[in-house]
Amino acid sequence: MIAEIGLAALWLAAALAVLQMVSGAFALRSPPGQVNALAIYARPAAVVQAILAVLAFAMLLWAFATTDLSLKLVAANSHSMKPLIYKLSGTWGNHEGSMLLWVGVLAASGGLLSLFEWRLPERTMGATLAVQGFVALGFYAFLLLSSNPFERLPVPAAEGNGLNPLLQDIGLAIHPPTLYAGYVGLSVAFSLAMGALMTREVNPAFARVMRPWVLGAWVLLTLGITAGSYWAYYELGWGGWWFWDPVENASLMPWLAATALMHSVAVLAARDALRTWTIMLGVLAFSMSMLGTFLVRSGVLTSVHAFAVDPERGAFILGLLGLYIGGAFTIFALRAGAVAEGKRFAAVSREGALVLNNVMLSAILAIVLLGTLYPLLTEAFDVRVSVGPPYFNPASAIFAIPMLLVMAVGPLLRWKSDKPARLQFELALIAALVIGGIAAVSFFGQFPLLPLLGLGLAAALAVAAFLPLRGRQLGRVPVATWGMVIAHFGIAVSLFGMACEGAFSKERLAAVAPGGTEQIADFAVTLESVTPIAGPNWTAIEAQLAVREDGGAPVILTPQARTFWSPPQSTSESALLTRWDGQLYAVIGNQAEDGRWQIRVWWKPFVTFIWYGGILVALGGVLAIAGRVRVDVKRRRASVKGARRRADVEALGSSGGVPAPQPAE
Amino acid sequence: MRIRFWLWVPLALFAFFAGLAAYMLTQEKEQFVASTMIGQPLPDFALPPAFGALPGASKADFTGGKPRLLNIWASWCLPCIAEAPQLDALKAQGVEIVGIAIRDRPEDVANFLSRYGNPYSRIGSDTISEVQLAIGSSGVPETFVIDAKGLIRYQHIGDIRADDVPKLLAELEKAR
Repeated sequence: MIAEIGLAALWLAAALAVLQMVSGAFALRSPPGQVNALAIYARPAAVVQAILAVLAFAMLLWAFATTDLSLKLVAANSHSMKPLIYKLSGTWGNHEGSMLLWVGVLAASGGLLSLFEWRLPERTMGATLAVQGFVALGFYAFLLLSSNPFERLPVPAAEGNGLNPLLQDIGLAIHPPTLYAGYVGLSVAFSLAMGALMTREVNPAFARVMRPWVLGAWVLLTLGITAGSYWAYYELGWGGWWFWDPVENASLMPWLAATALMHSVAVLAARDALRTWTIMLGVLAFSMSMLGTFLVRSGVLTSVHAFAVDPERGAFILGLLGLYIGGAFTIFALRAGAVAEGKRFAAVSREGALVLNNVMLSAILAIVLLGTLYPLLTEAFDVRVSVGPPYFNPASAIFAIPMLLVMAVGPLLRWKSDKPARLQFELALIAALVIGGIAAVSFFGQFPLLPLLGLGLAAALAVAAFLPLRGRQLGRVPVATWGMVIAHFGIAVSLFGMACEGAFSKERLAAVAPGGTEQIADFAVTLESVTPIAGPNWTAIEAQLAVREDGGAPVILTPQARTFWSPPQSTSESALLTRWDGQLYAVIGNQAEDGRWQIRVWWKPFVTFIWYGGILVALGGVLAIAGRVRVDVKRRRASVKGARRRADVEALGSSGGVPAPQPAE
Repeated sequence: MRIRFWLWVPLALFAFFAGLAAYMLTQEKEQFVASTMIGQPLPDFALPPAFGALPGASKADFTGGKPRLLNIWASWCLPCIAEAPQLDALKAQGVEIVGIAIRDRPEDVANFLSRYGNPYSRIGSDTISEVQLAIGSSGVPETFVIDAKGLIRYQHIGDIRADDVPKLLAELEKAR
């Protein structure tokens, strides 16, 4: 019954998506200044559709929580003996469930947009909702026709098939939903961009409407990528925090596009410039989200992540991609020429810096996209290649380094036009910090070039992030500006963590007999014992490592080599010792013939700063949203008050027979 | 209205990608990890019985005059239920099937066989996937053709569908 409610809700939601699309499209046919009678259904359709889609997802959650084994999806991906939290996270740990989460978020963002956004002209809003409904419809069709999550088994299974043990982790409970909400939140930016393009209403008011959506999606993407990176770091047991895996890249590309979009939207809102460019980024950001979904789902690329590989579904998504991305870029090519050019600005100006930042971000995006798709291209000619860090690291650094330098200076520049001479002190300080940082580090030894540059830049950025506050009364600085400062500082913190990890990590791989001790950095690691232990659905070999720092009291670390039996799979559970200045990372390997155990230990100085930085960046985004929304609400209240006062004045005027005073505009 | 060239660039790039992806989707792709043990002799093993009624399995059971199937399965595995009729059909053709039950309990094995039929001559119990890994199998179910000398000749990954039965019979004939 639960499953049938979910399925019925999905079909109804799909029907409402049609209504939303058609009714929204009628808004375009309304005469100026009036509302088409057929266009009024788009908003309520979007809201009810959101409720139904969320209901469908809740029903699937319920089926997983109660392990309803008559459902094919539950039987294939869950198990009655799994802890409740992983039963729930199993809902989105598979293809159908995650696609349902995808459309759920898509519908919810459409619903929120139509509930809370009343500033746009109704024609643009109608067109936006029509596009949002059109996008949703495709994904409903995909779910209902080729990936029905509510499919019943002819005979209920006796027991479920379990969940991929790599995914039985608290990281999975948080990371994919956050990332998905971010991916799909960008759909609103996409729909708004298309809506504004169709009505040619690309102006600062439109940018102010789009901005909180871009910021919100960007914050969620930032958090999702940060969490995903930490998950890969401690769960895969390889000691790295970023692998340039196609699926990681699939999450990075929308983030890069959204970062560029966020900055160009700011220019459009403040200065009415970069109109076409903002529209293109709006289309591009969500296109990257859909492209990522396609790459992950279709199996055209080989990745450790691709868990639901099915060429037929791949073809379906590719068809949707062609329809949406192809359609959007076609409309863009036809209509963007008709959008009036925005305001002009000098090369040395806030806008100029933001344009450079946008170009650099887009270049990095192109580098990542090329690297991700390159194996696909060569495989068409039967050559198998794998593109890894030796390509991605230097190629993206070529553009990342100038971008970071501009990031340090840009916020100090004035809008429209500025003179570098005005910023002599700041420029000298930034240059001194970069050079001084590199020189100071090189003094202590030979390090690879990129981490070295990273350290110098991180030092300069950390200081430069706060320079926009210089000479201002801190209490009066707008909340959104604090957001920018903190986000930029977060980039510096993260960069510092990455550079330290790259430059100063120490690694030790040794075969150790129980009782033996290995030294790494300031730590003496003693293998006390190796014992078999059992968990709820796994067995493991667990090493007891006593870690003494500078001969102090021992801390026990327990890395495990786990074996799950349903389905059978082995995972390596790393054990971490976190200090403020780094992490000790320990993994247990195989037993050698002579009874000694392979132990692998890393000391990674300041590695945690990578993720602290990510959190700071997201926090900056949250502050920016809060600041913008507060200003908007204030402005709206003031205009309501003004309207009421005018109405009062008019009422007084008509009763007293005295002509009402005209407000001086 | 001026039509500007650069506005078409994104569409052109996307069209190129879509064409490439569409072409690649139509290409056959090897989805499974093939065992590197094919052509090699079976690894040494001797597994205890998976439940009371049938003997266990060892390497020695594969050295007697005819090719056999080695079926890696488990009572908790859903595709194993799906392939049960095909295993019965193979047995009806006179094929000897030796089972290895992965991470299973005797009562579950007995329960499964009484419900879905028993095509096996013997079933070894591999409680820690030891033999499974040694033979190069990465999941359940998988079926191997073992020739009369104990050499691994063919690997079938996933459940045996109805149209796989003639293929397996042909492989068994080749291994004779």
